[in-house]
Amino acid sequence: MLKKLTRWSRIKSPWILHLNSGACNACDIEVVAALTPRFDVERFGVLLKATPRHADVIIATGPVTRQLKDRIIRIYEQTPDPKFVVAVGACAMSGCVYRGAYNVMGGLDQVIPVDVYVPGCPARPDAILDGVVKLLGKL
Amino acid sequence: MKFQIPIGPQHPALKEPISLRMTVEGEVIKDADLRLGYNHRGVEKLAESKSWIQNIYLTERICGICSHSHATCFVQGAEKLLEIEAPRRGVYLRYLVSELERVHSHLLWLGVAGHEAGFDSFFMYTWRDREVVMDILEMISGNRVHYAINTLGGVRRDLDEAQKAKILDGLKILKARSEYYLKIGAGEPTFVGRLAGVGMLSRQQAMDLCTVGPVARASGIARDVRKDDPHAFYDEVEFDVATADTCDVLGRAVVRIKELFESYKIIEFVIRNLPDGPIAVKAPRRAKPGEVVSRYEAPRGENIHYIKSNGSDKPERLKVRAPTLANYAATIEMLRHGFIADIPLIFAAIDPCICCAERTAELVDARTGEERIVRFADLRRLAASRQAHSNKRNVAWPL
Ligand code: SF4
Repeated sequence: MLKKLTRWSRIKSPWILHLNSGACNACDIEVVAALTPRFDVERFGVLLKATPRHADVIIATGPVTRQLKDRIIRIYEQTPDPKFVVAVGACAMSGCVYRGAYNVMGGLDQVIPVDVYVPGCPARPDAILDGVVKLLGKL
Repeated sequence: MKFQIPIGPQHPALKEPISLRMTVEGEVIKDADLRLGYNHRGVEKLAESKSWIQNIYLTERICGICSHSHATCFVQGAEKLLEIEAPRRGVYLRYLVSELERVHSHLLWLGVAGHEAGFDSFFMYTWRDREVVMDILEMISGNRVHYAINTLGGVRRDLDEAQKAKILDGLKILKARSEYYLKIGAGEPTFVGRLAGVGMLSRQQAMDLCTVGPVARASGIARDVRKDDPHAFYDEVEFDVATADTCDVLGRAVVRIKELFESYKIIEFVIRNLPDGPIAVKAPRRAKPGEVVSRYEAPRGENIHYIKSNGSDKPERLKVRAPTLANYAATIEMLRHGFIADIPLIFAAIDPCICCAERTAELVDARTGEERIVRFADLRRLAASRQAHSNKRNVAWPL
């Protein structure tokens, strides 16, 4: 019974943390655009949170710069279990144009485990929505 | 009693997430220090290993909000080195996208300013209307943010009559909405009261610290590359350089709203006077040896690219001076003597983007060395409560 309840609440109201790991900003504004009236993720109960300690889902963009690597790991560890990571954009998937640059790790999965990849450069807000909904469907 | 507050280093709003270190006394900021480099990806080095055409796509990805600015700035310079000139129609289309980008960037900024001032419905309104211009951009270029419309020697996509009509329709909506924002602003004393007198930067300081873009223009310096060094059609079209002399965050907001109207004018001019002809010429693979400096008025100010070629199919050196960098020195001046609660607002005023939402600040008690994490949301709550106690109630909207 309790299990059912937690599962239900988890699906109905995932709180997300938006994490920039060295992205070019385009993916970030698309993540934010997904919150605004045209796309409005809040109707799925998704709420943007400012701190990893409140979040269930980390929405990360960017190819992970060396400078931010440790920080990202720390943020991931601060997020309470169960946690899920959505990698948004070609950068977070594989590094995009920055692949091969001396200061990037080339993909989020080099640093933390990733559950859903959303392709695109930048990923469209509806694609991001779709990614989040697919993740919820998996639960 | 003095405190040190490090803010960041993860400040994803800017191209480079940045760390701010403030010395505060009570609530007043006495000094500030900036640390950069958290978002350093090595783009300039990477550019040396990519061909001219590949570099357009790389420079576009320097920044997501002014992506077209960087690509255009690079293409302008590269075209000089390659000794080609884009045909008229191509040039018109290129700068049409520039102006549309300026509109989208300024609307985005207005929303951010509203959000930081605790006026979230304003944020939602502007971002909803921003979708209109995003749709136009998507229709023209095929993508919402990275338009990839530039190519060496012109642009990649043409415009037909139906699209022109759609753009004009969109403009009508945008114009009406922008007028509405002016009205909201004029009838919203709390909003005006929150912005007026925050982040002062006098004309002399703005001059001395080499500020660019709306920050300089809000301090009464009419500096705009489009006017000072007219390229493309900017000497034919009639537009004003928007300025304000209030020298504060309110002035910066006013300048940006005025610039919206100027951009609408320019877009209309382009649509009505679009010349016929080809949109691009064929570009050679190799550039002749030489160097070039290219200037471009991005939404946030003057963008400069320095490109050096050694005669191969790749640039030997690419140096980018983004407008935000030019405004950092002034930001410190603005923060000095401000309040902690004003930090988000002042920082937003130089035009970073919305991703600030997850910024954290850390308060360190200088005497005990004890650290305290302050979330960005708390800072905003602080800002809102300060607003409630402020006595700047009946400040008039200077428009
Ligand atoms: S995937 Fe593309 S748009 Fe997204 S952060 Fe990377 S370069 Fe920018």
